[in-house]
Amino acid sequence: MRIKAQVGMVMNLDKCIGCHTCSVTCKQTWTNRDGVEYVWFNNVETKPGIGYPLRWEDQARWKGGWELDRSGRLRLRSGRRAGRLTKIFANPDLPSLDDYYEPVTYDYDALLSAPLGRNGPSAQPVSVLTGQPTPITWGPNWEDDLSGSPVTAPQDPNLEAAQHQLRLELEHTFMFYLPRLCSHCLNPACVSSCPSGAMYKREQDGIVLVDQDRCRGWRMCVSGCPYKKVYVNHRTGKAEKCTFCFPRIEVGQPTVCSQTCVGRLRYLGIVLYDADRVDAACAVEDPQDLLAAQREVFLDPSDPAVAAEAEAQGVPRDWLDAARRSPIWSLAVKHQVALPLHPEYRTLPMVWYIPPLSPVLDATGSLGGDDADADDVFAAVHQLRIPLDYLAQLFTAGDRARVAGVLMKLTAVRSHMRGLTAGGKVDTDLLDRVGASGAELEELYRLLGIAKMADRYVVPKAHEEDAARLDSWASTWAGAEGCALDVPGGPGTGGATVVSGPSIPVRGAAGARRNGGE
Amino acid sequence: MSTSVLVFAVWPYIALTVFVVGHVWRWRRDQAGWTSRTSQLLEPRGLRLASPLFHFGALAVVGGHALGLVVPARVTAALGLTEHGYHVMALVFGLVAGVAMATGLVMLVIRRFRYSERLRLVTTRLDWAVYGLLVMTAGIGLWATFGENLVGGGYDYRETISVWFRSLFVLSPDVDLMAAAPFVFRLHVAVAFGFVALWPFTRLVHVWSVPLGYLVRPYVVYRQAGSGTRPAVTRTPWA
Repeated sequence: MRIKAQVGMVMNLDKCIGCHTCSVTCKQTWTNRDGVEYVWFNNVETKPGIGYPLRWEDQARWKGGWELDRSGRLRLRSGRRAGRLTKIFANPDLPSLDDYYEPVTYDYDALLSAPLGRNGPSAQPVSVLTGQPTPITWGPNWEDDLSGSPVTAPQDPNLEAAQHQLRLELEHTFMFYLPRLCSHCLNPACVSSCPSGAMYKREQDGIVLVDQDRCRGWRMCVSGCPYKKVYVNHRTGKAEKCTFCFPRIEVGQPTVCSQTCVGRLRYLGIVLYDADRVDAACAVEDPQDLLAAQREVFLDPSDPAVAAEAEAQGVPRDWLDAARRSPIWSLAVKHQVALPLHPEYRTLPMVWYIPPLSPVLDATGSLGGDDADADDVFAAVHQLRIPLDYLAQLFTAGDRARVAGVLMKLTAVRSHMRGLTAGGKVDTDLLDRVGASGAELEELYRLLGIAKMADRYVVPKAHEEDAARLDSWASTWAGAEGCALDVPGGPGTGGATVVSGPSIPVRGAAGARRNGGE
Repeated sequence: MSTSVLVFAVWPYIALTVFVVGHVWRWRRDQAGWTSRTSQLLEPRGLRLASPLFHFGALAVVGGHALGLVVPARVTAALGLTEHGYHVMALVFGLVAGVAMATGLVMLVIRRFRYSERLRLVTTRLDWAVYGLLVMTAGIGLWATFGENLVGGGYDYRETISVWFRSLFVLSPDVDLMAAAPFVFRLHVAVAFGFVALWPFTRLVHVWSVPLGYLVRPYVVYRQAGSGTRPAVTRTPWA
């Protein structure tokens, strides 16, 4: 048994209002630099939809993640190592900028310099990259709230897999938001794709990072990640990705996306897992068994044997304590209401989701039922084939029963609490049907409904004895002092020209030349 | 000092010194900039065929040069390869590899400088220099292979240029051998050393990072925070 700690996240999709605050604050913190104008470490997609980059879930096209070969062994979907090296000169699976979008700004100068005239001047969109006038035809958030979905939604790979005709008439359709960031997987395909060995998983908290000093720009990680959450910085020629805000995590603060989440739907915590069991868990034959296999990899920190072994292997005592109070353990393993995104990619992702009840509740109402009555909702859960199948494609590799079970449990929490507070009685029949005790449902209610900050974010600090080491590592960059991102030629390409806020050189080429030297 | 001495004794040593010292300096100073600077994200279509064609062609060309310049004629003769047989082989493989590389190179040049507005953004003056020297070196090399060896009846460079080349590395350059070579070969060599001197300051350094270690590395890399590659040049707080 090799015990490791892993930082994980759970998002309660019922609470996501699609405000994109997480995306914007993340971008202002991490990707407001030249070379990553098109990059969103965190983005929020409307589902159903094709997403960012286009149809990222279509692994027949992008070849991300893992698959089992004929003999049942795990291998990268894009091929074996030697074969992948022969494709290094032109990666056939790499999305192009057009699969993301052409970042634009506006020619604001035209507003100020226009001569006096009858009509007000207008600011034309221009490409951030080329400085040329650019009609805006796509963006990272083009499908927000199903806009344009009559055209795009039928191309959603999840609907194709479920072989369903989506009904897009307003009264029959459904939608929800899916915030996405790097999953910091237990079996990260990006790390395994990296020819240079520049990508790695941190021993102490499992955060997946790119060593900018060792990345040689072979761009295999970008195509290897099935979630398309590693990006090329086209200015530095190196890969960049979500860091789980590790400088914040190390001092016990939540990530920027979590801290600024308006709906307070994000949960952060650590789980202990057995690294020796990871290989077997990724290689179970039936994709629908991957969820259970991943839960088996986690170790119960309240188990005295696990605690003793963890301490023997050097897991600090305060980390053990944090693992016991972890909302991730609670939601993903203990109550089993959180599910991983696309477990069939076999990366064992560590950002999990509580599937949204809202499309089901809306439909219960439209069927004439009472969305607070468990019986009506239970009936609706099974009648609504499209939303249930759709959620199953996203979260359980098509296992409808498991998604239905989670939705029923979430309904049961509502009914149970209504019974307690409004009627003062407990429906034991209801508890039996979802297989949970009243105390468990009340605990879930506190975690999901009250959702105090101290319960949502249980992030243990990195240890002080490591602080000097962590600091020297983060702040020295090729001989420079200060922030590693500020160094010309470094990942930020040129501190002096980067202003706070989105740094957009309008006449792209001139400024670019200045910073883009070898 | 004659021009020949300047071009075939002084210039190669200057170029090789810049090559070695430049690489050491770049490796120590600029790990963060050591990359192929991929532009596939910005413009994938023009790269799809051109880049493998150029790279595989270039690898074959380099292999051919190594064979012709480093391995003495008596070694191949001892292995049973006749002089004529060697030249036929060198001509055939050289032409295939050279044409593949040159075709790829022309496609890449068109792609970079004519095809895509976006690539102007990431193209530096050094890129211009690299492309210019590559085109010149490859063009003159092909001219030598076509003009001298295919049409012109053949020139046995292994008795002259190769001997001169090896003599560079024992620090007694035999300039007279080189001075007697046909003009096109002399031009090729002179320009090629310019390419060598420019190498360490450009994206060409990615050649030395060919990731063969990938074939044997474990799939998942774990690292203790802080134990990774340290910046090569560290500055202590009091310095």
